[in-house]
Amino acid sequence: MATVRFTRNIQRHVSCPTLDVAGGTLREVLENYFQTNEQVRGYVLDDQGRLRQHMVIFVDGDQVHDRDNLSDPVATGSVIDVLQALSGG
Amino acid sequence: MSNRCLVATRKGLFTLDRGASKWSIGRVSFLGDNCTLVMHDPRNGELIAALNHGHFGIKMHRSRDGGETWGEIATPKYPEKPADYVPKGPPGSKPADWSLKLVWSLAPGGGDEPGVVWCGTLPGGLFKSENRGDSWELNRPLWDNPLREQWFGGGADHPGIHSICVDPRDARHVAIGVSCGGVWSTRDGGLTWQPPGRGMRAEYMPPEQQFEPNLQDPHIVVQCRANPEVLWVQHHNGIFKSTDAGASWNEITDVKPSAFGFVVAVHPQDANTAWFIPAVKDEKRYPMGGRVIVNRTRDGGKTFEALTRGLPQEHAYDLVFRHGLDVDETGNRLAFGSTTGSVWISEDGGDSWQTVSSNLPPVYAVRFEKAG
Repeated sequence: MATVRFTRNIQRHVSCPTLDVAGGTLREVLENYFQTNEQVRGYVLDDQGRLRQHMVIFVDGDQVHDRDNLSDPVATGSVIDVLQALSGG
Repeated sequence: MSNRCLVATRKGLFTLDRGASKWSIGRVSFLGDNCTLVMHDPRNGELIAALNHGHFGIKMHRSRDGGETWGEIATPKYPEKPADYVPKGPPGSKPADWSLKLVWSLAPGGGDEPGVVWCGTLPGGLFKSENRGDSWELNRPLWDNPLREQWFGGGADHPGIHSICVDPRDARHVAIGVSCGGVWSTRDGGLTWQPPGRGMRAEYMPPEQQFEPNLQDPHIVVQCRANPEVLWVQHHNGIFKSTDAGASWNEITDVKPSAFGFVVAVHPQDANTAWFIPAVKDEKRYPMGGRVIVNRTRDGGKTFEALTRGLPQEHAYDLVFRHGLDVDETGNRLAFGSTTGSVWISEDGGDSWQTVSSNLPPVYAVRFEKAG
């Protein structure tokens, strides 16, 4: 199981509580999370299942490498942070 | 006549209400969020708003109580792009990303098809919902048409569908406006599509391509309710009119002070009456001489009169985006909103205007709530 945490900024639009979910890759972990909360999917991934352009995910503090396929490995006990850059006026 | 007007802005959705003597801002929804478009459905009174959350993408919300409460509904989603897909666009062109970039048009279906809503998007997909926005499906006959891949962005990075005209006599007849891709139409509800008719002219293209129908840049397309064969277009290159539902187009020339602009509204009962808001063409884009005017024709485009009463006539640099002008179901009430946050309403067909606000966020869309 890995722990998935979301930035507070996204919670203004959609509820996405911290959860422990199974999976050996980032894709598997996120799919399992979305199965419990499908509405969050579109806030994080685009139509083709890629990480949205201005979103970023850290796995145990390391920025995700494979933004399109989300194949980055996830270990038991990993912590996954889903964040975005705030910018603009 | 309409006593309510919806204004979608960079920082939220504003509701304007007609009081005893004047219009004023009533409800504010989604304050702080980028509301790019709003649709009122005269069949059931529902509202649909499109929001662009930037990092988090495009989202759609619906209200069943006139905007008092909102709930998120489905967002149009492009299908998975096949791994072996071979682009059919011109050599050297950049293929479209199969991912929603902007909701650019929303239109209720016909009176005999409750629940149907059309949605035009960047990068060029037309979506249809049959359940008031609970789910959306990409129109594949249009998306899979090889000519679709010749479309290109006009000012934006991607081509997009900004206008949807559903024929009030027959909802299977739908015309759409594409920047840049001309005006396409279907007579069978979207099963087959007719490419754009001839007659539009794009001065900015190389000489041999200036009349190519599929490369035209209509900024907005509107249809006369009482005479749906008549379509008016404010084009990047000027003003065009069709009297055969887009099969052919005639350019309206000699328009003073300028034929450039982004908006047109047509009188719902009189196809010869239409309103425009001219600007300096085309790379500068501000009102001629810093004067905000509405240009009205009542004779099908033979002559125009500049309407100025109540509008600022010095140092005004309000540009009106393509969804920023609307006319109500009577043809008497008009409203428009600008990039600098001004909103004006007329109750006499444009003869005079009252300022509702000069301090709103940049306005993207103005829509009256209309009777069905």
